[in-house]
Amino acid sequence: MTLPLFFFYLFAAVAVVSAFMVISARNPVHAVLFLILTFVNAAGLFMLAGAEFLALILIVVYVGAVAVLFLFVVMMLDIDFTEMRQGMLQYAPIGILVGLIMFLELLLVAGSFFISPEVASGSGLPIDAAMDNTRQLGLVLYTRYFFLFQGAGAILLVAMIGAIVLTLRHRASAKRQDPIKQVARQASETLKVVKVKSGQGL
Amino acid sequence: MDFVNSALDYLLGIPFLGWGVQIGFIYKALALLVALLVFTAFILLADRKIWAAVQMRRGPNVVGPFGLLQSFADLLKFVFKEPIIPAGADKALFLLAPLLTATLALAGWAVVPVDNGWAMANINIGILYLLGISSLGVYGVIIGGWASNSKYPFFGSLRAAAQMVSYEVSIGLVIITVLLCVGSLNLNDIVVAQQQMGLAHMLGVPWLSFLNWFWIPLFPMFVIFYISALAETNRPPFDLAEGESELVAGFMTEYSASPYMLFMLGEYISILLMCAMTVILFMGGWAAPIDLPPFTWIPGVIWFFIKLSLVFFMFAMAKSIVPRYRYDQLMRIGWKLFLPLSLIMVVIVAFVLKLTGWGWHGGIV
Repeated sequence: MTLPLFFFYLFAAVAVVSAFMVISARNPVHAVLFLILTFVNAAGLFMLAGAEFLALILIVVYVGAVAVLFLFVVMMLDIDFTEMRQGMLQYAPIGILVGLIMFLELLLVAGSFFISPEVASGSGLPIDAAMDNTRQLGLVLYTRYFFLFQGAGAILLVAMIGAIVLTLRHRASAKRQDPIKQVARQASETLKVVKVKSGQGL
Repeated sequence: MDFVNSALDYLLGIPFLGWGVQIGFIYKALALLVALLVFTAFILLADRKIWAAVQMRRGPNVVGPFGLLQSFADLLKFVFKEPIIPAGADKALFLLAPLLTATLALAGWAVVPVDNGWAMANINIGILYLLGISSLGVYGVIIGGWASNSKYPFFGSLRAAAQMVSYEVSIGLVIITVLLCVGSLNLNDIVVAQQQMGLAHMLGVPWLSFLNWFWIPLFPMFVIFYISALAETNRPPFDLAEGESELVAGFMTEYSASPYMLFMLGEYISILLMCAMTVILFMGGWAAPIDLPPFTWIPGVIWFFIKLSLVFFMFAMAKSIVPRYRYDQLMRIGWKLFLPLSLIMVVIVAFVLKLTGWGWHGGIV
């Protein structure tokens, strides 16, 4: 057994076990934490596959930002879990169906390497072994797939603006501060220096 | 047994029993760890001393000469006290949180080059790794606050989560401007680029190497990075997560003894990590400020730690002279000021580099 193989089995085993714990943990906060552990191990697997850029982007974006917001929301939820578990059998058939479809699709993806190797290898992109994959990704992303890349960014932006518009409520009663107005305020507008004669007061 | 041999070679190399050909990783890691912990002990003392000096107090001055051994006395006290775990706490997570904070803070140092090539791991995506590690740092705080099962820690961790995620955005954009100039994500390359190009080379005085560093051409980003680093590490004036006037001690309220010490240690080491990032990105890393004999005789590691101490001094001064921000002000600065500013700067820097052809281009000529 070589060192990379050992780490592969380590990451894969922890990823699978923690993925199972995500759905079996009783406490939702624990479930989210196990989800994060799964992400980190998936990043480790990416790293072993030589996709170091993807691995660290997975950590920065998913673990560092998305999962934090996840945890943020789940921590503040006040759910009665016995109530939530009651309808579980009702949803089980749909869940099994979705799981089955995903499993078949994964089989197809993995199987394509054996069924038709030319599909898997025929990406047509020259891969230069001397170049690190950050540079490679950049070169492809900003030339060949530039419009797709920009399109994906635009979709995310629209989704973000949509979420903000849906949840933003202007309340007339809320007191707001205008920092520009505060900074622009002069001492002469608010202060008056009064010379007080001793013994007389104002 | 190929696996065992390669693992032993990698970890325990030459010094003890002569496995393999390389010096074992464990010795290097241990040397860095010890150096870092001792440095942290004195940085902690320096922080308190500077704070005291600004307020015209003496600060810790009892243990050892000038109080130099105060941090070690604190260490002993923390270790020998009983850690108290609240009855309603989630025990496993409660203990995991400080461990996570300290481990992650230390893990970040694995890629920091303290001299040319002197990094535990000289990887091509070092800066991304640092960004990833610092974005994971928020978990220690969130988990700690939640697992305490108490009101104030929970508020503290909620505040910290929002704050650290917000300021990561501007830190990321600042890093992008530097990366545009360098053209490489390798931390070693970032420092080398600051030696091989810059203002001093353009002016024809290459020995004035402190003019070469990115703090002059990217001065606005330097300021933004410094302030964001304060916010990212929950340092005053942005220590809302543990604001004692509102939240007792924030997410650390329920912690005591060694778990508390691990939180403190992790916090200070991640502060040092942020200082190290400032030094590498903007202040030329291990390079001497003037490239002439009396300065170049001093080894790069010493320069690195001198600069590190300088940046930390600025952190300590900010703590002692700036009053604490209000939470909405903090969020306003992050999202409405720094984010647009750094976004615009990314565009400007990219345009300037494209039009003039300046930049290091990853060392490829």
